[in-house]
Amino acid sequence: MSDEQSEAFDLNSLNDQELTEQVHDDLYNGLKDEVVEATNLFLQRGWGPDKVLNDALVEGMRIVGIDFRDGILFVPEVLLAANAMKAGMEILRPLLAETGAEPIGKVVIGTVKGDIHDIGKNLVSMMLEGAGFEVINIGINNPVENYLAALEEHQPDILGMSALLTTTMPYMKVVIDTLKQKGLRDKYIVLVGGAPLNEEFATAVGADAYCRDAAVAVETAKALIAARRAAAR
Amino acid sequence: MSSDAPVLIIACGALAREIVALKRVNGWSGMDVQCLPPELHNRPEQIPAAVQEAIDEARGRHARIFVAYADCGTGGRLDAVLQAEGIERLPGAHCYEFYASSAAFEKLADEEPGTFYLTDFLVRHFDRLVIEGLGIDKHPELTGEYFRNYRRLVYLVQSDDAELSAAARVAAGRLGLAYEERRTGYGELATGLESAVRPSNRPATATEKRVAWHR
Repeated sequence: MSDEQSEAFDLNSLNDQELTEQVHDDLYNGLKDEVVEATNLFLQRGWGPDKVLNDALVEGMRIVGIDFRDGILFVPEVLLAANAMKAGMEILRPLLAETGAEPIGKVVIGTVKGDIHDIGKNLVSMMLEGAGFEVINIGINNPVENYLAALEEHQPDILGMSALLTTTMPYMKVVIDTLKQKGLRDKYIVLVGGAPLNEEFATAVGADAYCRDAAVAVETAKALIAARRAAAR
Repeated sequence: MSSDAPVLIIACGALAREIVALKRVNGWSGMDVQCLPPELHNRPEQIPAAVQEAIDEARGRHARIFVAYADCGTGGRLDAVLQAEGIERLPGAHCYEFYASSAAFEKLADEEPGTFYLTDFLVRHFDRLVIEGLGIDKHPELTGEYFRNYRRLVYLVQSDDAELSAAARVAAGRLGLAYEERRTGYGELATGLESAVRPSNRPATATEKRVAWHR
């Protein structure tokens, strides 16, 4: 769509289905202002914040995630889409909190010591939050002490660790081995992710699962929490 | 058509100029060099398959093959290919590491994890591989997204070139990073290639230096 057409385009003229599809397109194209406008429009039309989140934003990012996985979209496009979704989420977050809905699980997530990369981790955090998890993001360059302190303070269901560098990813084993030494390993589901990782690595360091991307992280988190709760019954 | 040399170096295109220079200076006439596209620097997941394809094409035509890549963000996947083929590669995680040497690189990373590295090649192709490669040319607002956790840019200098030095300093400014230089020369690229040409004199190879979780 040209700029001229875009300026003349009135989102409010679309019905709910059309507006939903438009938000998916706007997320795909990283159009933050349009996503914010549509989010507000949905709310004005009486949609609940959870419905806006799931049908418009999360579904839109799911499509982005598929095309990233398939090599159709690349990191810059995903970043722009994520920023657009983040802007929509900022409108919805206080409204979602007001509903008093219980989170489906709690996650502590952080990038390991020596590594300052957080684009993927932040995307995973946002998608987990969008899926109904409470997410405590402890940032970058975390030594094992930071993970232990966050686990102690927040008592999550899941520990997520991220690394982008071949040189830093072995630190995940340091964290997991420390949890084992302290008798805490089985208390948490441990998920790992990052570009150079794979399933073999996750198994080698003693994680519960490797998550290839944000969508897989959400599905894995849901599945492993459900399995753990079923086993506890 | 000339006959194939005894040794084939399958190399990252980002090392082409340096390998040709080393070949000329050292008189390594028995060495052929095949470079893969330097754009793979930004797509490390494609490196193992590209190297495998090059090995398959070269099979039977050379007495030895050596791969002039480090792990390069493949997370051990390149090593899996090379182990199956019985082929060695350059040491370390990245070209930054074998240029600087492992000990010096570790020191750089430890003193500031938020260090962005450039080599001669990356300075020459900064606009194409960094600015365009990361989409910053079309979306300058992404600069902050990519680099907000970085603090400094370290230019690992292979050759004395005042223009490259000036360009690297400008690059640091564009990314909002402090600027430093380290004169590395060719570092372990030279010793790695030496080991390929004269294997009886070879120093420790990448096998001993693979990422810790493979040990």
